[in-house]
Amino acid sequence: MSIKEIEQEIIDEFALFTDWMEKYEYLIELGKNLPLIDEAQKKEENLIEGCQSRVWLSCSLEDGKLVFKADSDAIITKGIISLLVRVYSNQKPEDILSSDFGFIETIGLKENLSPTRANGLVSMIAKIRDYATANCA
Amino acid sequence: MDIRGTFPILERMVYGKELVYLDNAATSQKPASVLELEDRMYREFNANIHRAVHLLSGESTDLYEAGREAVRAFINAPSRENVIFTSGTTNSINLLATCFTERYIRKGDKVIVSQAEHHSNIVPWQIALGKVGASLEVIPVDDRGELRMDIFYRMLDQHVKLVSVAHVSNVLGIVNPVEEIVAAAHSRNIPVALDGAQGIVHSKVDVQAIDCEFYSFSGHKIYTPTGIGILYGKKEYLDEMPPYMGGGDMIDKVTFEKTTYAPLPLKYEAGTQNYVAAACFAPALAYASDARVDERIVPYMMEKLQQIEGLHLYGVPENLERKVPVFSFTVDGTHPSDIAQILDKLGFALRSGHVCAEPLMHRLGVPGILRASFAPYNTFEDCEKFIKALGRVLDMLK
Ligand SMILES: Cc1ncc(COP(=O)(O)O)c(C=O)c1O
Repeated sequence: MSIKEIEQEIIDEFALFTDWMEKYEYLIELGKNLPLIDEAQKKEENLIEGCQSRVWLSCSLEDGKLVFKADSDAIITKGIISLLVRVYSNQKPEDILSSDFGFIETIGLKENLSPTRANGLVSMIAKIRDYATANCA
Repeated sequence: MDIRGTFPILERMVYGKELVYLDNAATSQKPASVLELEDRMYREFNANIHRAVHLLSGESTDLYEAGREAVRAFINAPSRENVIFTSGTTNSINLLATCFTERYIRKGDKVIVSQAEHHSNIVPWQIALGKVGASLEVIPVDDRGELRMDIFYRMLDQHVKLVSVAHVSNVLGIVNPVEEIVAAAHSRNIPVALDGAQGIVHSKVDVQAIDCEFYSFSGHKIYTPTGIGILYGKKEYLDEMPPYMGGGDMIDKVTFEKTTYAPLPLKYEAGTQNYVAAACFAPALAYASDARVDERIVPYMMEKLQQIEGLHLYGVPENLERKVPVFSFTVDGTHPSDIAQILDKLGFALRSGHVCAEPLMHRLGVPGILRASFAPYNTFEDCEKFIKALGRVLDMLK
């Protein structure tokens, strides 16, 4: 599926929720279910230090597509990360760069992307873009 | 008088829920009396202080000095000369670190702080001491969060030039035994500075009874607008230390060859001061004098929090009379930011993270904590609601 299609899928899922608690319950489920990254990959160079929570991100190139693995020590952050991985992993670098990462705002999680939240997500998105730039044909 | 006062902001709804503000250790909300004076200052009396003979400047200066007198009386300082306006605790401690170090500290000397300090009582000392080759010594805290006084006593030697500790830690909420600290230090002729940012809010502060040499605090945590704070100092020290910043009203005579300085307290008040916020000390402290946090809150919170499975509460003094309503904790298997984020959506404003006390976080072995801190305008019901909501959030996360 394309980035746009996956984004739409997530937006539709979130449209079902009527309040914040439901959204969080869903994010917590996502966060709990996914073992996102090998413990071995939780190394210093993959660490994105936030003030509130920490995020690890690793990236590899497979068949011209970027494969992201990520994790966090905070479960809501982890839930959001799993959404980002679902959208951007297994995509071509060019496609990632032409995306605006706007679906996070559409599903009402924009505050989690505010730089002052310092939860590592903003830096994670910047890192995803960096990897995409570095691997552009 | 209604000791809850009127706090317009507490009418606010957040995410469709009633706001329960439990981040009072970070900053307090403002009673209507303070908001009214602040507004009137700008509407009716606004003019720079100490500078002009016109009526408005006179009125503004009187209100500024009335703010100072309110502080003097509140902390029982001997004179207005002992009460320096700064922009806040951090500014007070930076002033002290710079000026005290310059006057009294040499290579190889030491300043004692504790493991439970706010960064504002660590970093200014590191900067100032680093310049002269002096260093910090740290009093550890035990598992309850109490200062290891036995170790403190042994640390007091001839190299120690100052003891600078928190009156009340912003994480542990324990009132430190400051009288004992002062007595021990004085027996060695060592002066004591107290970081009173939290202490001023929750303890009766009588600087002459405590007998400390310095006491710092911020207005904003005790109901004034932001941008004002106090450095209380004993006169002999304030007289001997050099000024901190130059310019404005802190001078007596200026020539290019030589400048002499204004008498206390103006010697340390360079530049245009935040005279509006300073004046607001009068109504703010009038509120603070009568307001008390509901005394059921501390025992209730201590009991209920400790009943929660996997919850670790930091700052559990043997004697609950020395606990102020600041509760920091972590819960096994959860991250503080997750709990804080969900509680926020339920209307509860809490702090999470290292709360400006990273060395203490290292001591506790956690990256961060969750902190609920109460003020007199919080009701007992707020605290019951909080315990319920916390239970609900933990169920979600487990
Ligand atoms: C114990 C303690 N010291 C110092 C400070 C710094 O206060 P301010 O930011 O008002 O300068 C605080 C406030 O967070 C505090 O709690």
